[in-house]
Amino acid sequence: MTTPRLEARDLQLGYGDHVIVDGLNLDVLDGTVTAVIGPNGCGKSTLLRALARLMPTRRGHVLLDGRRIDRTPTREVAKVLGVLPQNPIAPEGLTVADLVARGRHPHQAWYRQWSSDDEDVVAEALSWTGMDQFAERTVDALSGGQRQRVWISMALAQGTDVLLLDEPTTFLDLAHQVEVLDLVERLHTEAGRTVVMVLHDLNLAARYAKRLVAMRGGKVVADGPPDQVLTEDMLRTVFDLDAQIVLDPVAGTPLVVPIGRRHRALEVVAADAG
Amino acid sequence: MTTATATPAGAGLPGAPAGQRGAVALRRRRRLVILGLLALLAVAALASLAVGAKPIPLPVVWDAIFFPTGTEDGIVVRSLRMPRTVLGIGVGIALGVAGALMQGHTRNPLADPGLLGVSAGAAFLVVIGIYALGVTSLFGYVWFAFAGALAASVLVFVLGSLGRGGPTPVTLALAGVAVSALLTALTSALVLADTNTLDAFRFWAVGSVAGRDAGTVVQVAPFLGLGLLLAAVNAPGLNLLALGEDIARGLGQPVQLTRWVGLIAITLLTGAAVAACGPIGFVGLVVPHVARSLTGPDHRWLLPASGLAGAVLLLAADVIGRVLVRPAELQVGIVLALVGAPFFIALVRRRRPASL
Repeated sequence: MTTPRLEARDLQLGYGDHVIVDGLNLDVLDGTVTAVIGPNGCGKSTLLRALARLMPTRRGHVLLDGRRIDRTPTREVAKVLGVLPQNPIAPEGLTVADLVARGRHPHQAWYRQWSSDDEDVVAEALSWTGMDQFAERTVDALSGGQRQRVWISMALAQGTDVLLLDEPTTFLDLAHQVEVLDLVERLHTEAGRTVVMVLHDLNLAARYAKRLVAMRGGKVVADGPPDQVLTEDMLRTVFDLDAQIVLDPVAGTPLVVPIGRRHRALEVVAADAG
Repeated sequence: MTTATATPAGAGLPGAPAGQRGAVALRRRRRLVILGLLALLAVAALASLAVGAKPIPLPVVWDAIFFPTGTEDGIVVRSLRMPRTVLGIGVGIALGVAGALMQGHTRNPLADPGLLGVSAGAAFLVVIGIYALGVTSLFGYVWFAFAGALAASVLVFVLGSLGRGGPTPVTLALAGVAVSALLTALTSALVLADTNTLDAFRFWAVGSVAGRDAGTVVQVAPFLGLGLLLAAVNAPGLNLLALGEDIARGLGQPVQLTRWVGLIAITLLTGAAVAACGPIGFVGLVVPHVARSLTGPDHRWLLPASGLAGAVLLLAADVIGRVLVRPAELQVGIVLALVGAPFFIALVRRRRPASL
């Protein structure tokens, strides 16, 4: 129940001479939903890419179920761990069903391209995300929210226990952000998936993740349940943001209310007057 | 805790039948496209055997193929038009498949197999062969052209792989453009320096399937075959690469290996085509667009459809070239440019080409 599925051990990551993540350790426990938060350029997407073996580590390594991920055949990894990069783009004219079917790739071989099992899994993944009625539409004809649901269907058809999502809600309006995150929550509660996602919206992160990992400058600065991580001090040190934390009236999770320049000035005036 | 199977909760809900029905319809349509192209290819091949300076009726063509008796018409069909037709089919398939592979790997709808420096390399070594070694036969050109095609693409691969992260579509295209420009300049310098070389070279450079005998077909056939085999192996991987490198890696596809297999297939196919017929443009650029509009972007269907459409287009252009200025002939490379350019403009005007 509490075995780590995914572990980062003393990771150093970077491009060229530029070190982005340094000395990072992280355990992702089975059946948990973790959100990685932090300001732009803090290395959260880089970390996610390394966890998904999409980029090499410079030092340290990533373990998947106790095995070094870079020494495990990539197809074996793909049966356990799925990843959705930020803002993926489907080729024009590709149908929803065809895209989702490509999620079955790790389970196929040259002598067994397509089976009725694959057919069933794809149909289930589509009905699970409510995209079954769009199966024969082309992906480019869908709205942003529908498109993201299609990509999640593909990840679902891949049938992995662990799912890494890089900003699954970018470019979506608030209603569709909630819709996508509701789907992620069901992945966890109904299908028992372990989810790690990078999120920009702190309030949604606090609401949908049981654990927040806050990063700054390539290091983990805070790590724990939302009500412990999302504090006014943390927001100041990690995001350079003055904010108040109130209780989310719906979910009971912390809710960030940024103050901003005008109201900061008013606060000072009010304090002086008082 | 961990669900062992891939199936999420809520299995077996309605929706599965709808998905399957649509998939069946799509599969049937793709199958019809392939059958239709095969039928067109048969018609084009018959026309290629029957039409020419001396028109030969179809029944005579039929007898010449299956019951050869050594009549004059029979000899024309068997020794001239059959190798020419077979070569046209082979080269058309090669260029169509290479073009679809090239556009798939570069995710660039304007990519052409010549982008890797293959044509320029072939042209340069053919000129060297003519100028320095006095080679003047088409049979001799083939090996020079093929060696040049391979050498140029190896150079492009090496230059394009120098950066960190190995070859990417962008670095390969840049290297290809640079190497092509250099080789084309050297070729022009040699050709301008020597009139005899120019005379021999200009007939090769225009691109033609005429005057090649069965020997040429045999020479390039193994490379064509290997190229087509690698292309077939490459199709599923290319489908994943089309979703982006990260998605492909995430699905367990070795991205670099897929790229290399594709690049080698493109080189073999284009190299074989250029070696046999000289540089022939437009097929590799235009045909994949037509095929894609018929089959959609799935390379397992797109590659065969592109190959068949390429063969149809090449044969049709060759037949038209024989009719237009009868009793003389117009080389297929020229006809393709004349037919291809307006066709491509029409295609772009009708609807913008699918972005990849």
